[in-house]
This record gives sequence, C-alpha cells and structure tokens, in this order.
Amino acid sequence: MIDFLDALLDPLRSGLGRRALGEVALLGALGGGLSFWVTSYRLSYAAESLAHGLLPGAVVAALVGVPVAAGAGAGVLLAALLVAAAARDERIGVEAATAVAVSGLLGLGALLALAPASPQRLEELLFGDPLSVTGADLALAGAAVVAAGAALTALHRPLAAVAFDREGARAAGLQPALVSAALLALVALSLAVAVRGLGNLLALAVLVGPAVAVRGHVRTPAGAVIGGAVVAVVAGLAGVALSFALSVATGASVALALCAAAVAGASLPALRPQRPRARPAAPAG
Amino acid sequence: MSETVVEADGLGAAYGGPPALSGVSFSLKPGQTLCVLGPNGGGKTTLFRVLAGDLEAQTGTARVDGRPAHLPQAERPRLDFPVSAFDVALMGSLAHGRWWLPPRGHERAAARRALKRVGLEASEHDRFGSLSGGQRQRVLLARALVQDARVLLLDEPLAGVDPASAERITALFAELRAEGRAVLVSTHDVDSARGFDRVLCLNRRQVAFGAPAETLGSDVLEATYGAEIVMLDDGRRAVTVQHHAPGEFHPPAAGRAAPGAPPDHR
Repeated sequence: MIDFLDALLDPLRSGLGRRALGEVALLGALGGGLSFWVTSYRLSYAAESLAHGLLPGAVVAALVGVPVAAGAGAGVLLAALLVAAAARDERIGVEAATAVAVSGLLGLGALLALAPASPQRLEELLFGDPLSVTGADLALAGAAVVAAGAALTALHRPLAAVAFDREGARAAGLQPALVSAALLALVALSLAVAVRGLGNLLALAVLVGPAVAVRGHVRTPAGAVIGGAVVAVVAGLAGVALSFALSVATGASVALALCAAAVAGASLPALRPQRPRARPAAPAG
Repeated sequence: MSETVVEADGLGAAYGGPPALSGVSFSLKPGQTLCVLGPNGGGKTTLFRVLAGDLEAQTGTARVDGRPAHLPQAERPRLDFPVSAFDVALMGSLAHGRWWLPPRGHERAAARRALKRVGLEASEHDRFGSLSGGQRQRVLLARALVQDARVLLLDEPLAGVDPASAERITALFAELRAEGRAVLVSTHDVDSARGFDRVLCLNRRQVAFGAPAETLGSDVLEATYGAEIVMLDDGRRAVTVQHHAPGEFHPPAAGRAAPGAPPDHR
C-alpha cells in the first residue's frame, strides 16, 4: 500500500511526469471551464463531432510539417464554422448541420490519411499522450487557457442569457446564433489544444465530464464554470498519478478519471432547490 | 399631429411557406394599450416577432419606436438552469449594450425595482425553476421592464398564471400606460380585451382593429375565432383554446358558464 501511494508521486520525480501534470492541469482548466456551457447548450454531440472532425486537419499538419495543434485547430475551426453556418437555418438544425459538416471533413481526412505520405503514428492523434508534450505544448496550452478565460469572462452574461432563454435573449437584443458560434469557437480551441494530450477520441471527456459532476451542486452559472474547472484539474492530476502507479496509458487514465468524477458527482445528492420564502402570516382579526 | 410609437401598414409575414399573417394595419400612440385577439395559429406571435425584429415582414411595413421589450410566450426558459429571479430580471439590462462587462449598480437597482413592481422583491434570491408558473411569468415580465422600452410586446402573459399573478400583471398594464408606454398584449380572453384602448383581431389576416366597444361584435368574433367561439347562455362569448391545453376554457367573466362547458379554472 505504501509503495502504491509512493508511486502516485512518481510523476513529480521526472520532467516528463511534471510536464504531463502541467498539461493535464491546463487542459482541465480549459475544458472544465467550458464544460458547463457545452452541456447547457446541448453541444456534447457537436463537440464529439468536432473532435472527430479535427483528425483531417491534424493529418494535413503532419503532412506539411506544422504543429499538430495548429492543423487540428484549423480543421476543427473549419468544422465549427460549417456547423454554425448551417445551424443558422432552423430547417436544418444543429444535429443535421453537425453530421453534414463532420462527414465532409472526415471524408477529406480519409483521403489524406490513405496517401503514401500519411503520418505513421496516427494512434497518438486518436488517443493522445500527455507524456510526450513539450515545453512549447505547455506554452500553447497556457496561452489557450488565458485566451479562453478572458473570452468566457466577457461572454458570461450573454452565454447565460441565451442558455436560459434563447427567445428572451433575442428579445433583449442579443444574437443567439453569434453567441453559440463564439462558444463553438472556444470548444474548437479547446479540442485543438487537447488533442496533443488526450487525442481526438478522448478529448471529449474533459468537455463533458466536469459539468456532469458539478451540475447538481451549484447555484449559479459562474459556480458551475469554476467548479467544473476545479473538478477537471483534480481528476486530470489523479489520472496522471494513477497511470504512473498502475503503469497504464496516461491519456486513457485521465479520460477515465474524468468520467469517474462525472459518475461520482452525478450520484451525490443534488442541492435542494431553494423554495420561495414563506411570507409572514397576516395578523388575525 | 400626435406621434405614433407603433405602426403597421399592410403588414404580412411568412415562415418560408404560405403567409402566416397578412393585411395588418394599425397604429398606437404613447400610453395606449392594444389587445391582440385571435385563435392559435391566427398570427399573434408572428405579429409580435415582426414588431420585435425577429422576423422580416413579407409585405407592407412595420415601425416601432426604439427596441421593444418582448416577452415571448411562457415556458420557453429552462427551469433547470441555475439562476435566481434577480439574475433573470437583470438579464433585461443586456438590452442596454455593454454585455461584456459586469452589470453596473444602477442596472442591479433597476432589476430590484422591477421585481418589486411585480411583487417578487422577497423572492429575488429564489431559484427561477423553483417558482410557481405565475411567479415565473412575473419574473420574465420584470426582465422586460428592466429594458425600459417605450413599447412592450407581451405574448399571452396571463396564460396559465394563478389569479394573484394575473391580478398583479393586469394592474401593471395600467401603470405602464400611465408612464406613457405602449403595451401590446395577446390573449384569448375576450372579456379582458374590453379593458384595453384598442383591440386587434387576427385570423391569419386582420379581421378588425379599433376601440373595443366598436369592434368586439358577434360578426368580428366569429370571423376571428370561427369554430373556437362558444356562446354562453347569457349571450356572452367565450373561447376554447384546445390547442394550448386540452380542456382549458376562457369564459369572459367569472360566473355562469355555458351548459356542459368545462369549469372555470381562472
């Protein structure tokens, strides 16, 4: 038991482990902070599709020799814009728009991946590897956290108003489609950065799991955003530590830790909703 | 010449198919109230969406003085979203711009005043989803009040609310009129229409517009509601609104109902 607990600290004993912890903590702050909005806007499916849609962009990046995150970002941003543009037409809707956009990008990605010059280690793009991150990757993730944090702070009121009541927000002068597009762009940024550590198949865990964990235990959207980020950081660090202690794949371990946090949070009793206060009884007579 | 704050001239609108509304012409001055009557699908919400700028007019023109405060039909907001009554009222201040900054002190004060006007100052910290249907409607009305608009578009604000909330909301109409605001209210309640300055009857087209006493005759109501109109045994009229809620019944006044009619739930 002592050996196991000691093994949990192994990531701190190597530069490789410390970088993995840093990368996962930054991804947790980024994705966990976004996760409440992803679930509030019912974008879990769209986020999953965007995560899959980044693959062709990453392949292209590998082919032309630019950073994978840049290619993934371009691919997922293109998918986000396609989804947002198509979803503006109420006759199509977000789901169908997402399916069309991502199918097209996957088709393009398949063509490129089957080319003779396609990257050899495609599995890293699919499942990620926090242990392979570099200082540049950490700097990129840190910059993404700062940028997304500033954007989430500025967009907080419109995001809440549209998520609560789309029609009412429009009546107050907001443009819900633009607010949704901005959120999709932030999701795209998050996925592009997360693909290095978690891969395009597991990155969704950090965008959905934290919100599921905290949703029943917060009273304000701000509380949900902060709570989601904290849960994601803690679960991510635990995932890295467990992967060292159990000698299992780190990306998958982090994803499982995030899902475990979601199940645990959803299983805990939710906060009791505040009831209207009883008014003082009128004096008799 | 008195100014008009709402004006429609030959207005028509559609959702990509046949016209949902056509031939609507009316105007309102500051301090006037308008009751919009019509069956479900008659074009009331379509008219409000055009006036609010959410839907483009297919024919004719519509003009509103400034951005109107629009209260869409109830039960669209998400009840599971973690916001308080105060948070919702404060959302009305987004109409003033500066959405990227935290709300200012006077905007918070306006939200508290609005909640007080709808009688919910003691519930400002209560979660929106935990309030009753009538209280939720009053909170949404407070959100519209915070916009401080000269024109208010209230789409069925009395639908499904409890009598206390309905009384409070109705009293607010008079206050807003006294403040010089134009208030447009859609409803199924024919009798309550008599308390407004003007009434506009729609059934996918304009059936009539004018003062209630001159407009709400048998011919107009039957042309407006068709089969949905019910004649009461004292000669008054009520409207069934079965598309909204099966069995819901809106007699024009408390008291006797038509033989065999559902009970009055107001």
